[in-house]
Amino acid sequence: MSSIGTGYDLSVTTFSPDGRVFQIEYAAKAVDNSGTVIGIKCKDGVVMGVEKLITSKMMLPRSNRRIHSIHRHSGMAVAGLAADGRQIVARAKGEASSYESTYGEGIPVKELAGRVANYVHLCTLYWWLRPFGCGVILGGYDRDGPQLYMIEPSGISYRYFGAAIGKGKQAAKTEIEKLQLSEMTCREGVIEVAKIIYKVHDEAKDKAFELEMSWVCEESKRLHEKVPDELLEEAKAAARLALEEMDAD
Amino acid sequence: MDCLNLNEPHSMGTTIIGVTYDGGVVLGADSRTSTGVYVANRASDKITQLTDNVYVCRSGSAADSQIVSDYVRYFLHQHTIQLGQPATVKVAANLVRLLAYNNKNMLQTGLIVGGWDKYEGGKIYGVPLGGTILEQPFAIGGSGSSYLYGFFDQAWKEGMTKEEAESLVVKAVSLAIARDGASGGVVRTVTINADGVTKNFYPGDTLPLWHEEIPAQNSLLDILSAPSPEPMSM
Repeated sequence: MSSIGTGYDLSVTTFSPDGRVFQIEYAAKAVDNSGTVIGIKCKDGVVMGVEKLITSKMMLPRSNRRIHSIHRHSGMAVAGLAADGRQIVARAKGEASSYESTYGEGIPVKELAGRVANYVHLCTLYWWLRPFGCGVILGGYDRDGPQLYMIEPSGISYRYFGAAIGKGKQAAKTEIEKLQLSEMTCREGVIEVAKIIYKVHDEAKDKAFELEMSWVCEESKRLHEKVPDELLEEAKAAARLALEEMDAD
Repeated sequence: MDCLNLNEPHSMGTTIIGVTYDGGVVLGADSRTSTGVYVANRASDKITQLTDNVYVCRSGSAADSQIVSDYVRYFLHQHTIQLGQPATVKVAANLVRLLAYNNKNMLQTGLIVGGWDKYEGGKIYGVPLGGTILEQPFAIGGSGSSYLYGFFDQAWKEGMTKEEAESLVVKAVSLAIARDGASGGVVRTVTINADGVTKNFYPGDTLPLWHEEIPAQNSLLDILSAPSPEPMSM
């Protein structure tokens, strides 16, 4: 699948003879190197979770937020280069805010995803800009119900029932496919997301990690917020238990 | 005559009304456009389309209200394409008030935005002179509306049927026409609901007569050709 595009990969404005833009593919690799980020759409909302790899023991827990609220009703989990992610989040917040100022109502999630995708794509069109080295999972709840979108460094954006990016994305996707999302509530979804992240975390290659989760659902009154602490602890405990049971086999 | 100045800007003295009913809205207006005391258009259509499901009643300066409607129609059209579905009444009203507020020094127009969308149903938003936006179960505007405040206080009720709402609007506009010199002509109504848009037209002779009003006559010559009255019998 991966190949070196010698000579055709120096600029994002160069196509290779077989029709690929290598710079964009390399940007996607930057995302693959980051901790896993998952999002699922349950029947009453969206849950997102991030495997935050801890690079230093001296880092303060709960710092280095990877999930950001874009607006009251939508949030974004970022994987890849953190600084690039900050730009995208800032732009999304600006779009959401200006939409509300102009149109008098909250930005529909579909519209927000479209605007973020446009912005990310913009940076793949000019040789003096480099593509964003981050993928984004956008979850929100608007008049048309809960929705989940994923935007890749190429600027592609699709709507998903479940999405995963980062190191453990293949394994995570397999786990998500096993879930019955249409029957699951977000409360149950939080537990499942925690289990998946603990499962796909590679103990050998990466040391410690911190789990960060957010949801936007009926229980949170359709507002995007951090998963409440007791539920988060419950999810972590269930995930650890599931891991032990797996190891015991 | 120094009271007939044909260079005065066209203004729509006007009576405009928007009411919600159970399932949609009814918008109503008179049809008089005046230039000073001269009636420039006695059959104008003051209820203008913004989108398939949102209309606006215009009052005040004819030019100002037309240009605001044109801009909002243009913005809403683009918004609908972008969104992929019909715009909501709230969005239409918000665009109207942004124009009205940000250009308040130059504009003199009061507008009533009304329509139906699948999320909120029938809604009426009043956007009076300064650019306020206020969502209301019913709204009245224009010079003729001064005479209708008491009437609506008494006659308005929540949850009317379509027929009740329409007859309320027609009655109200015709009362205002009777008392306001700057309102007159015919009564036009536009009803918007889930099934679509229905436009109605009530010429002067179909409207009820109020206190001391004289019945309409085509010509005084009709009196001459009328038969002499029968002698009374005791």
